[in-house]
Amino acid sequence: MDAATGREELGGGGGPVNLDAVMQQVAEHKGCGTQGGSGKASCGSGAGQGDLPTDIWEKVKNHPCYSEEAHHHYARMHVAVAPACNIQCNYCNRKYDCANESRPGVVSEKLTPEQAAKKVLAVASTIPQMTVLGIAGPGDPLANPEKTFKTFELIAKSAPDIKLCLSTNGLALPDHVDTIAGFNVDHVTITINMVDPEIGAKIYPWVYWKHKRYTGVEAAKLLTDRQLQGLEMLTERGILCKVNSVMIPGVNDQHLVEVNKAVKSRGAFLHNIMPLISAPEHGTVFGLTGQRGPSAQELKALQDSCEGEMNMMRHCRQCRADAVGLLGEDRSAEFTTDKIMEMEVNYDLESRKAYQEMVEKERQDKVAAKQEELETLAGIASDIKLLVAVATKGSGLINEHFGHAKEFQVYELSTSGAKFVGHRRVDLYCQGGYGDEDSLETVIRAINDCHAVFVAKIGGCPKNDLLTAGIDPVDQFAHEFIEKSAITWFKTYLEKVNTGEIEHYERGDAEIRQGALIAAQ
Amino acid sequence: MTLKIVASQCTSCSACEAECPNVAIYEKNGTFVINPKKCTECIGHFDKPQCAEVCPVDNTCIIDESYPRYQAAV
Ligand code: SF4
Ligand code: SF4
Ligand code: SF4
Repeated sequence: MDAATGREELGGGGGPVNLDAVMQQVAEHKGCGTQGGSGKASCGSGAGQGDLPTDIWEKVKNHPCYSEEAHHHYARMHVAVAPACNIQCNYCNRKYDCANESRPGVVSEKLTPEQAAKKVLAVASTIPQMTVLGIAGPGDPLANPEKTFKTFELIAKSAPDIKLCLSTNGLALPDHVDTIAGFNVDHVTITINMVDPEIGAKIYPWVYWKHKRYTGVEAAKLLTDRQLQGLEMLTERGILCKVNSVMIPGVNDQHLVEVNKAVKSRGAFLHNIMPLISAPEHGTVFGLTGQRGPSAQELKALQDSCEGEMNMMRHCRQCRADAVGLLGEDRSAEFTTDKIMEMEVNYDLESRKAYQEMVEKERQDKVAAKQEELETLAGIASDIKLLVAVATKGSGLINEHFGHAKEFQVYELSTSGAKFVGHRRVDLYCQGGYGDEDSLETVIRAINDCHAVFVAKIGGCPKNDLLTAGIDPVDQFAHEFIEKSAITWFKTYLEKVNTGEIEHYERGDAEIRQGALIAAQ
Repeated sequence: MTLKIVASQCTSCSACEAECPNVAIYEKNGTFVINPKKCTECIGHFDKPQCAEVCPVDNTCIIDESYPRYQAAV
């Protein structure tokens, strides 16, 4: 999403399609049915309706973009039909990544609406968990309204069960709200980085509106007015709105608390605060001026401080605008335009439904297991809160080998349960060019704020190095449910602290890996 | 004169194509080009050439000095 953050929204750009990335838009929803906990802040990735109204719950429960939990079970994809943009962001370099939003998206190929529709059918026929189609650039979908809406029209006709969503910088949004409503678009993501034009002027060099280029505070004022107006118009019509914000330390980091209030009061349903991605080699203005991104703990602190205000999304992978995939599996190579055009597509609604019912069953089992384990925590009193990392390929299981993990899911454990708080990507480090030694160090840096890492399997060497770094490698819960296992482990941890066998201590900060989640080559 | 696009800088984003009032811009070999016979520098339509206004890369839609000033029929 998002997209104004580099084209992301979810909006990145082009090489091979990456299903992993596609899934990433999942968000947490609030009130996820925690038991006996401290209340509102504990929703993590629970699967319960909690205090969401039923009509909203129906919309979000199987949507990978709304909860980390649904994200384990359902997939979404982006199609890159919208290359043009109508604003310029300092975190985007369209010369290289064609993305007007914060993620450094790179699309390998632009698609026509017809190609995009065919691709959606091909992916949905191959991957029955694919339930959501998003358009997020690489430019701005609403700066390309004909292409965007033509794509929606073709998909609504041929694959009526697929949910549609789009991600926009918001400049053109008020002009298209009725069309969006007409297509029954499931949700819209607006990237809003400021509500104060003085701050906006530091993020947006210009906007193009009504045949004129505006700059400076004037441009930012225009943008924020149009964004907030568009948000209000959408929520008035009952369309779910998610807001993406890019956290830029020293520019808008403090201000995002105010943005959070402004969008909440206008009915936004979810807020996704993403870290700035600004490596110099991306060639963005921020990359070239040395503007840094936030650390993992800075990001978490800001997300935590907004949490009381509204739902915070924590599982964003800032994926590319052509991402396709389920968590932990890379299907990109299967869906290049050449291959899609040759594919015989057999879109079978019934078998998709049957498969999804199976997924739903697996998911309910997982929730039940977690609830059972949670009840055993009920009597225990402790103020200890700590983070653990998990290597997973999806389905809510600890089912990935330490050395194969492209990312780690991070859970915060306390006596109110296990709460998903983010993910740490390590993919590039594990690819060619780095020795094992190097990649291990980078993995440790990425999860350095965690007390333990849960894996399906781990070799002897990395095990020792992790222990030396103070991170407990845990492989005894291989192929079991994440949350249930984490809670079991946490109980044992607390017992050991109580008996004096171990001493609890705070861990340090961790690094956020720069760059979008891309397919492993 | 007309405008031309510096092909080595064009990102192929297509933003200019949609904004040209004279439909003078089209895609060719992966980048966008301006048909000098159709370009009017936007005179009569807008204050500024629209392709240059919307282009994300500075100095990519520039005046082509090899053509006399505004040759298109008004
Ligand atoms: S994970 Fe982030 S970047 Fe990717 S689609 Fe979701 S919101 Fe956009
Ligand atoms: S200057 Fe105006 S008329 Fe000429 S190509 Fe650009 S947009 Fe078209
Ligand atoms: S707007 Fe600029 S970068 Fe985009 S296609 Fe036109 S000339 Fe190329």
